[in-house]
Amino acid sequence: MGIESDLFCSNLVRRFGSNAAVDHVSLDVPAGTFFSILGPSGCGKTTLLRLLAGFDRPDEGDIHIRGARMNDVPPNRRPVNMVFQHLALFPTMSVGDNIGYGLKRQKVPAAERRTRIARVLEQVGLPGMENRNPGELSGGQRQRVALARCLVLEPTLLLLDEPLGALDLKLREQMKIELKHLQKAFGTTFVYITHDQSEAMVMSDQVAVMKDGRFEQVAPPEELYREPATPFVAGFVGDNNRLAGELMAVQDGLAELRLDDGSQVRGRLGQTAPPIGERADLFIRPESLVLGGEALRPEYSALRASVTATLFDGANSRLEAESSGQTLYARLPQDGSAPRLREGASVQLAWDPMLARVFAAGAA
Amino acid sequence: MIRSVPRSRWFDGLYLAYLVAFFVYLALPLTVTAVFAFNDAPFPSLPWKGFTLDWYLADGSAGRTGLFHDDSLLSALWVSTRIAFWVTVASVALGCVNAVLFERLEFRGKEFLYLLMLLPLVIPGVILGVSILVFYSGMANDASRLWGVELDVFRPGMTLVVMGQVTFIATLATLVIAARLRKFDPQLEEAALNLGATPVVAWFTVTLPWLMPSILGAAAMAFLMSFENFNTTVMLTGSDTPLTVALFNRLREGSTPVLNAVALLLMVGSALLAVVAMGRSRDNA
Amino acid sequence: MNAGAGRLSLWLLLTPFLLWIVLLVLLPHLQMLRVSFQVRESWDTLAWGLEQYQNFFTESYYWRTFVRTGVMSLFTTFLTLLIAFPIAWYIARLARGRARGLLFLACLVPFWASELVRTYGWMILLRESGLFSSWLQALGWADGPVEMLYNDVAVIIGLVYNGLLFMVVPLVTTLDGMDENLVEAGYDLGGNHLTVLREVVVPWAMPGIVSGCIVVFMLTLGSYLTPILMGGKDSAWFTEQIFTQFITRFNWEQGAALGVLLLVLSSIIVWLGLKLSGQSLRKVMG
Repeated sequence: MGIESDLFCSNLVRRFGSNAAVDHVSLDVPAGTFFSILGPSGCGKTTLLRLLAGFDRPDEGDIHIRGARMNDVPPNRRPVNMVFQHLALFPTMSVGDNIGYGLKRQKVPAAERRTRIARVLEQVGLPGMENRNPGELSGGQRQRVALARCLVLEPTLLLLDEPLGALDLKLREQMKIELKHLQKAFGTTFVYITHDQSEAMVMSDQVAVMKDGRFEQVAPPEELYREPATPFVAGFVGDNNRLAGELMAVQDGLAELRLDDGSQVRGRLGQTAPPIGERADLFIRPESLVLGGEALRPEYSALRASVTATLFDGANSRLEAESSGQTLYARLPQDGSAPRLREGASVQLAWDPMLARVFAAGAA
Repeated sequence: MIRSVPRSRWFDGLYLAYLVAFFVYLALPLTVTAVFAFNDAPFPSLPWKGFTLDWYLADGSAGRTGLFHDDSLLSALWVSTRIAFWVTVASVALGCVNAVLFERLEFRGKEFLYLLMLLPLVIPGVILGVSILVFYSGMANDASRLWGVELDVFRPGMTLVVMGQVTFIATLATLVIAARLRKFDPQLEEAALNLGATPVVAWFTVTLPWLMPSILGAAAMAFLMSFENFNTTVMLTGSDTPLTVALFNRLREGSTPVLNAVALLLMVGSALLAVVAMGRSRDNA
Repeated sequence: MNAGAGRLSLWLLLTPFLLWIVLLVLLPHLQMLRVSFQVRESWDTLAWGLEQYQNFFTESYYWRTFVRTGVMSLFTTFLTLLIAFPIAWYIARLARGRARGLLFLACLVPFWASELVRTYGWMILLRESGLFSSWLQALGWADGPVEMLYNDVAVIIGLVYNGLLFMVVPLVTTLDGMDENLVEAGYDLGGNHLTVLREVVVPWAMPGIVSGCIVVFMLTLGSYLTPILMGGKDSAWFTEQIFTQFITRFNWEQGAALGVLLLVLSSIIVWLGLKLSGQSLRKVMG
């Protein structure tokens, strides 16, 4: 086990009846990392977080924080603090009393308490707000108070339970960046759970993708995006096109697929190779698709499709096309390089096979 | 009917007239009672004979005894205050415990027990008084007759009055406090634990302050209801007559402006209590 | 929290509740029921029997008062609802800002005075030497003193007055929670005042209506001061007879039987009210 890791869990299991909400999860978070657990709702990430905070107990497995076993430690004695989904700021206390709550429990003298509260408020960008009421603050300010309330205790580990969910889109974008900066500034280990992949990608050093109580892949954001280990990760992280077909051949790690309309496409084989002749899925990102008319490299794989719509959205503009009954999206660059396309027009979509991933079908 | 739906002019006029009539109806008896507490006449009726404070201050030397020199009324006031105090303490304590029981715990038969809790609301106050009288006073009678043991606490008197009033006031206190507890986010308690508080400390530093406005409101309500109660009280009272019963006995003998004076005092007292309770709960809301 | 501590705290909280309910509600009422089936043969011997209930049915004075009390209570409840509904509607939907708070507060004012004080106020107004009588004479509409107290109308005026607050508050609460779009949609789809009231507003306000009606009915049925002090010789109230048995005649057995009958009557009417309106006690009261 990692000596210098802040959080180390081995084979955690938590069952509700016959259903395992957390199913043999192991994780190792080095000190000072921003670690995210990303998964759709109901994947067990909240249960996992509650196990770490001590509000719930694992049926199997161990939780170690800085090398100390935590299984039998009650929540109020763990060196772990949590930013709750709805923040849980105490409505009967001022901002200062909210932040001082934990210090008071540690019997920190009043004078020291005041200076520490003032300092942490300054660090989160809310200087002099001690006497305000949480109800008078804006969403972003409340967020920062909730963070300050935990950070002032200098915890080993800070757990964050989708705290940005309640904010509106613009503020959320801003807070993402701010959270990352705060984490760097404090150097505290963050364990952040979310269902929003953009939050996880932007902020994290490491992301664990969780599904049905298990970790599908644990990797830095870029690796998740470029080298998805499972079809679920390929489909869940970032936009992706999926083409279903039959595996024809494998050569030098490149798989050849025959789609249902007979056309043949190629992509790099994922970790698990299905037997020849089985159904398989090819994943290719919209930005990896090249529109026909451009000079095609010989190694490229290509496909004919008919345009169903062009979706203008600034830098995210896309082309919607249909090929052998499957819908595909391709990025439409807005620098004038894309051809003008009409609905129903036939178009060639091509890609570098090294950028596509092939997995056994049905797994996602 | 609502503001966005057009109404005819005569409908509006009629509605307004109705509202005015309604509030006159509400205010009239109380205003009249209050005004006649200061009429310089031995009987609370027209004509107006001029302003006097005799019905509060007269010391009996001129044939008039004001409220502040009327020992039997004053002692009745004191009895009522003591009863109301104990009823408030018991009802609010029960209300807190019941609120936690029904809002925070899960157990078998909870739904049934909740209905039992509501039961005192659908029993007429007289019956509550009568049943307690029959049970406890009957028990005291039997104990005295069969074994010669005197259970004086169970004879009609202050203890029985308090018991009888608590029976239904506790339900009301429970409803008030439970309504507030229902709006409490249990995550706040988890947050307190997470910040290092023990469960007991979390309860006293987070949950109780949240409940405080409703506890004060329930206390004010319990005090008023106890002070004003007649139906249950009259069945259970002994030699210490509470104020409402004393007033009733006076009223049967004939009305004097002293009764108006007491009535006005009660109204002012209740109004102050209500305003204070409401002001407090608004501060903390 | 482990299971042991959970059980302990459950029992800790359950004990005061059970003591209260069992010692103050269940046992006393069971005892009252038991006593009502007893017949006193001499000063210290009792026998079981239905004599108390027989008395009730053979003595026409008892059951006439019983029926009268029930009918008048129902009528008072209905009248209170009719009077309170427009007021509650105005407070909940039409008044704005300060006016709204003040009007609501004004409805609570009578509650600051006890039933005795309220009744006393009405006596000063209505009696022969009272204010209304004096005013009528001053205006020349009456030749001599007019007695307006001691009749059924006076009793109902007083009873409605006592109940109003308990009708207005639940009505305002439910009407306040209603989305005005519902009413607008009602008109938009072609309804008029009457159909919208009947098909949109009243069904929405049903929990409040039932809650108010139950409380007012219970208060009215169990009231003592108002009918005694404002009613005439012929307007006896059933609670009065219970008092008489207990306080004046010391006939507990007969009093207990009358008490049980009153309790049965109120339970049946509350139950019927809940059934007919499709509400449950929990929803209406809790």
